[in-house]
Amino acid sequence: MLGPPDPNTAPVPARPSASRRLRLALRRFPIVSIFILFALLIFPAITADWLAPHDPIHGSVPDRRQPPVFFGGDWEHPLGTDRIGRDILSRIMHGAKVSLSISLVGIFFGGILGTVLGLIGGYFRGWLDAVIMRLVDISLALPSILLALVLAIVIGPSFQTVILVVVFVLWAFYARQVRGEVLSIRERDFVARARVSGSSHARIIVRHILPNVANTIVVLATLQVGSVIILEAALSFLGVGIPRPTPAWGLMVADGRQLIVSAWWIAFFPGLAITLTVFALNLLGDWVRDRLDPKVTQL
Amino acid sequence: MRRYLLLRIAQSLVALLAISIITFGLSHLSGSPVDSMLPDDAGPEEAERLTREWGLDRPIHVQYFTFLGNALQGNLGDSLKWRGYTALEVVMERLPATIQLGGFAVLVSTIIAIPIGVLAGVYKDTPFDSAGKLVALLGQAMPNFWLGIVLIWIFAVKLGWFPTSGRGGFSHMVLPAIAMGWFQVAALMRLTRSAMLEVLDSEYIKLARIKGVPEWRVIWVHALRNAAIAPLTYFGVIAGVILTGSVVIETVFAWPGTGQLAIEAIRGRDYPVVQAVVLTFASVFILANLIVDTLYAYVDPRIRYG
Repeated sequence: MLGPPDPNTAPVPARPSASRRLRLALRRFPIVSIFILFALLIFPAITADWLAPHDPIHGSVPDRRQPPVFFGGDWEHPLGTDRIGRDILSRIMHGAKVSLSISLVGIFFGGILGTVLGLIGGYFRGWLDAVIMRLVDISLALPSILLALVLAIVIGPSFQTVILVVVFVLWAFYARQVRGEVLSIRERDFVARARVSGSSHARIIVRHILPNVANTIVVLATLQVGSVIILEAALSFLGVGIPRPTPAWGLMVADGRQLIVSAWWIAFFPGLAITLTVFALNLLGDWVRDRLDPKVTQL
Repeated sequence: MRRYLLLRIAQSLVALLAISIITFGLSHLSGSPVDSMLPDDAGPEEAERLTREWGLDRPIHVQYFTFLGNALQGNLGDSLKWRGYTALEVVMERLPATIQLGGFAVLVSTIIAIPIGVLAGVYKDTPFDSAGKLVALLGQAMPNFWLGIVLIWIFAVKLGWFPTSGRGGFSHMVLPAIAMGWFQVAALMRLTRSAMLEVLDSEYIKLARIKGVPEWRVIWVHALRNAAIAPLTYFGVIAGVILTGSVVIETVFAWPGTGQLAIEAIRGRDYPVVQAVVLTFASVFILANLIVDTLYAYVDPRIRYG
C-alpha cells in the first residue's frame, strides 16, 4: 500500500529506557547545525581580529588571484586571494562579524518594534489596531529590496542603513503574529482576574500577556536569522548595503562576479559560507519551533 | 462573497494610497531635484524660477495631491535619464521582459515542486522524502545571486549549454528562471507535502480507497485537488518574491527588465522612474494578492463567511 500506516493498527511503543531516551534526544538535537554555526559564524565573528591570517582590507597586489590550496595554491592562502591580493579566508572570517551583527541588531530592534505594536493592537483593539494592521499590510506589500535601494540613495549606504531596512522588513511579521495571539490571550480568565484585582493595562500586558507570547517571539527570531543574512548579502551584492572595503559576504560575491571564469573561488567561497550558515540556521530554527511553538509558520 | 470582495478591494486601495505617500515622501527626502537639474553656472533667480514652475514652493500636502492627481492619470513625470520619455513609458517598456521571466520561473518551479511535494507526502519518512527535504532546505539557504553566478559558471561557461546573459530565445530564460525559482520550489514543495499529509489522512480518502478507486487516482485526483488549496495562497507571496528577485537576478543575468531598470534609475538618480518602478511593483503585488484572495474565497467558502 502506498499510503501512510494506519495509526489505529500501529503498535503503541513502550516507554523507552533512560539511556535510549537520551540517545533519541541527542539525535533530534541539531548538533550538525550548531557545529556549522560555531565553525562558520560565531567563532570567526568573535576571533577574526586575532586569528585571521591576513589583513582583510589591505592585500598584497603581487599575490592577487592565487587559487585555493587544492587547486594549485598553497597554505599561505587556503581559499585563494581576490583581485587585489586580499586573503579570502581572512575576509570570510571578518565577514561573519558583519552578518552576525546585522542579523542580531536588526532582529532585536525589529522584534521589539513589532512586538510592542502587536501587543498594543491585539490588547486595545479598535481603531489603533486597525491602523497598525494596515501598516503591516503596507509593509509586507513594499518590495524590501526596492525600499532598501531608495533608502540607501537617500541616506547613503552604511551599516545603519542596512539595520534600518532590516527593521522595516521584519517588524510586520512580529506585529502580525503577536497580535493574533494576544487576541485570544486577552480573553482568558487570568487576564480578567488581573483586571478585577486592579492591575493597570500596562501591567497586564507586561506581566500577564508578554510571557505568553515570548515563545512565539523566540521562534520567529530564530527562524529569521537566516533570511536576514541573505537580505543583507543581497543588499551588499547590489552595492546598497555595507560599503566597500568592509568585508561582507555579499560584497565579496559581487567582487568575484566578473572574474567567475578566470578566478571562480573569489565569488564561490563567500557564497558557500552564506549557504551553509543559512542552512544550519534554518535547521536550528525548525528545531526550536518544533520545541517551543509548532504553530508559527514562516515561508 | 460580494461584501468580502468589496472589503478586500477597499483594503488594497488604502495600501496603495499609503505606498504612494511613502514614495512621494522618500523622493522629497532626497533633496530638491532643481539642484541636480540645473547647470552649474545657473544663478539663484534661475533656480527660483524652476522651483516655482515645478510647484516646489507650494505646501507639501498640495504638492502631494498634485502628484496623486497626476499619478492617477498615469502621469508620473518625465524621466530625467531617458530624455523624451515619461517615467511610466520607461517602466512599461521594460515590464514585459520581467513578466516573461517571472512567469516562466513560476511555471518551472510549480511543475517541479508540486509532483515532488505530492510524492514526498505519499512516501513520508522514506529516503525520497529526506532527499526532498534536503533539496528544500538547500534551496532556502542559497542566495539567489550566488546561485545565478554559479549556474553561469557551470552551465554557460564550462559546459556552454546556455548563453551567459541577455534576453533572447528560450535558452536565455533557462538559467535565470532556475536561479529565480529555486527558492519557490523549496517553499512550494514543503507546502504541498504538508497539505498532502493532512488530506491523505481524511475520511473521504479512506472512502475512495475502500470503494476501490485506483491508488494513482486517489493521490493525483482526489487528494491533490484538495491539497492544492494551500499552495494556491502562496502564489500571492510568490508574486512578491519574483518582483524582489527580479532586481537581483536581472542584474546578474543582464536581463533588460524592470528590476535592472530599478538599479539603473537609482544609480542615475532618476527619481520619477524610481517612483514609477516602486508604484508599479507595489500595484502588481497588491493586485496579485487580491486575485489570490478572491480565488481562495471562491474555493473555500469558510473564508468569505468567516
